[in-house]
Amino acid sequence: MVSYLVRRVLYGALILLGVNLLTFFLFFTVNTPDDMARLNIGGKHVTQDLIDRWKVERGYDKPLYVNEAKQGTQRLTETIFWERSVSLFELHFGRADAESAGDIGPEVARRMGVSVQLALPLFVLQVFASTAFALLLVMFRHTRLDFWGVVACVLMLSISSLFYIIVGQFLFSRLLRIAPISGYEPGLSVVKFLVLPVMLALLSRLGTEARLYRAMFLEEIGKDYVRTARAKGLSETVVLFRHVLRNALLPIVTSAGSYLPYVFLGSLVFESFFGLPGLGAYVIDAITKQDFAVVRTMVFVGSLLYIATFVLIDVAYTWVDPRVRLG
Amino acid sequence: MFKFVFLWTDLTVWALVAFCLVYGVAVVRSPGLSASWRRVFREAPAMCSAFVLALCLVVTVADSVHYRSRLGAASGTAADTVQYEVQAHSLLDLALAELVQSRETSYSRPLDYEALRLETVSVNGHLVRMAPRLKHGGAHLSDPQHQWHSDLLSRVFTGLLFGLGLSAATAIVLFGLLARVRRAGFVETAASVWNKEGEVPWRAALWTLAAIATLVGVVVSLMGSYHVLGTDTTGNDVLYQALKSIRTAFVIGSLATIATLPLAVVLGIMAGYFRGWADEVIQYFYTVLSSVPNILLIAACVLMVQVYLDKHPDMFETGVERADVKLFLLCSVLGLTGWAGLCRLLRAETMKLRELDFVQAANAFGVGSVRIMVRHVFPNVAHLMLIVTVLDFSSLILYEAVLSYVGVGVDPSMNSFGGMINLARKEMSLDPVVWWSFAAAFGFMVTLVLAINLFADGVRDAFDPRARAFRPRLPVTRKPVAQARNQG
Repeated sequence: MVSYLVRRVLYGALILLGVNLLTFFLFFTVNTPDDMARLNIGGKHVTQDLIDRWKVERGYDKPLYVNEAKQGTQRLTETIFWERSVSLFELHFGRADAESAGDIGPEVARRMGVSVQLALPLFVLQVFASTAFALLLVMFRHTRLDFWGVVACVLMLSISSLFYIIVGQFLFSRLLRIAPISGYEPGLSVVKFLVLPVMLALLSRLGTEARLYRAMFLEEIGKDYVRTARAKGLSETVVLFRHVLRNALLPIVTSAGSYLPYVFLGSLVFESFFGLPGLGAYVIDAITKQDFAVVRTMVFVGSLLYIATFVLIDVAYTWVDPRVRLG
Repeated sequence: MFKFVFLWTDLTVWALVAFCLVYGVAVVRSPGLSASWRRVFREAPAMCSAFVLALCLVVTVADSVHYRSRLGAASGTAADTVQYEVQAHSLLDLALAELVQSRETSYSRPLDYEALRLETVSVNGHLVRMAPRLKHGGAHLSDPQHQWHSDLLSRVFTGLLFGLGLSAATAIVLFGLLARVRRAGFVETAASVWNKEGEVPWRAALWTLAAIATLVGVVVSLMGSYHVLGTDTTGNDVLYQALKSIRTAFVIGSLATIATLPLAVVLGIMAGYFRGWADEVIQYFYTVLSSVPNILLIAACVLMVQVYLDKHPDMFETGVERADVKLFLLCSVLGLTGWAGLCRLLRAETMKLRELDFVQAANAFGVGSVRIMVRHVFPNVAHLMLIVTVLDFSSLILYEAVLSYVGVGVDPSMNSFGGMINLARKEMSLDPVVWWSFAAAFGFMVTLVLAINLFADGVRDAFDPRARAFRPRLPVTRKPVAQARNQG
């Protein structure tokens, strides 16, 4: 188990290295630091002086991959690539491109807290609600309830999440005035700002998830152990809840687990629509302001979380299914 | 009098149509494929959605022929220099020329003859707040307050009549043809279709056709004199925008999924077939790609593309061309970042296949690896490719809306559902509420995505027998034709 985990973590580091290489190529080679400086300073009168100063302030005033002017290992270490990569792996994200914005690191940490407040209850409720709905459909399979339930699922998954948000805000905030349209407050009173986005996000994903889980349950129901259980004379409820549910947990953990990174990264759309200052809103801000340092950092943080999640899912397998042994 | 403009996405749309025709011929010739496809059209939802998709495809193709018409020789230039319009138009623009030209000044409700906003006008020296008449919507009415209702009713009635007539004619032709094929009487055939007998769901198909025909009929008969779905903030017709958005959605859905195919297929089959270090390297590549949250990777790529295009503003002659290249690049980015899933699937399937007897036999006969992969492995994974392609189609259309909201979607000058929703977000908070843009985007998008989803489900059920077990069924069975005939 331990050796397996060590191997997984090392492979994860290798993947992260690849991600770093990819993002560096995207952000520094496709467009040179000069282009970024020109874009960021903006306006018509961009002199070479201004560009140079901008680059010095951010430490972009070195060669990209190989520094010909230096000797020995410094040829590789005195470059933007080396410095950016090392600081990323040390989790020092540097400062944002924009003039007014400060360091990225503390900002990410602070906003991650907000994102978790939105996404953690959503994640738990999502798994619970989707499983419950799918179980209901499976219990009444080959009936009208199942048929129309699946029809509802297909209809729900054909509607863009943006529609759920806009209609939800219009209905509950503007017409009925039950929830505030958007905003955020630290502390316990945040709940009133979170209820609507959580519910709408839940609804917007319910169709996809419930249909998927239903298929998983039906796949399990066709297996021999279920027939055995029924032959023993167990009631359908016991068969479903004790046997099928437990065995279907494995694929459910995989499918739900792939959303775990977004618990920390937050939802881009929901956060910005509801004015929650989380990481998702941060990314959207950065994209509209063309702040490449922030986008680059978020790509790195995102893949870090993703890799960590998959190690966690592997561990969760052993807990869900004792037959799975890591090694 | 005009010159064609060949946009990147136009060419790909045409290539796609050509490919579909070639594939259609292949399907007809291959008994296995045609049996599977026949199974697709035996399901009523797939059959009905195929009609909707065909209609959208017609709009897309009509909107994919672009041209610039020639201008009259301007004074001061030599007579023999030929100049063309700055803007490129499509055949759809030509067909809807009335809608393009009938531009109002600002918002107006669907089918209304007055603008939404009140304006101060002087009547006989007094200043009065009133809603001004629209320039085009209902402009033919001299006394709108009294004529409006009856005019609308008569137009709707004409449209309905046209639609119903067309569908009745189709039904009669269909019954006639079916009667000849089945060697049965006309009335008998019509009754059997009505009772849902037989394998092909003709009744559902006819209902869909009737619904589409009446809807199109009503809209067309209203379109000339009213703004059927109102106008937006700059007075543009919303119906026109929605129709133009269909092409954007279609192009994104089809191009982006097709862009994933080369990498996914080649690398997936190679990884599964060769295994060893090739497998390791390919696995590493797609793990790196899929470990970056998708939307961040796309955002990063699109931002870089934008910076590149901003640096080279003089690459394109017209705005349409520029927006089009952006759309094309967006599709490429979606394709290049989205191949991991299909690649993983194909790798696993190839691993299974390469151990099977027919591949082993080919190997023993000394057939080369490339030939085995092309002749023996690829045809046996092609159905997975098809299933994944149609399943991804709808999610990409939904994705476009989110990307446009984030600011990395299609060019703002290009009509798209994402752009419409984005604007509608602000309009929904106005007072009075401007809901029609939003409702139009919603209606068109849900219809399109739902149709694609239903069709994709049909394709998956037909090509993947395992998925068929999960299909929900009502506790009714359809009677086969032969049995029904014996009873009658």
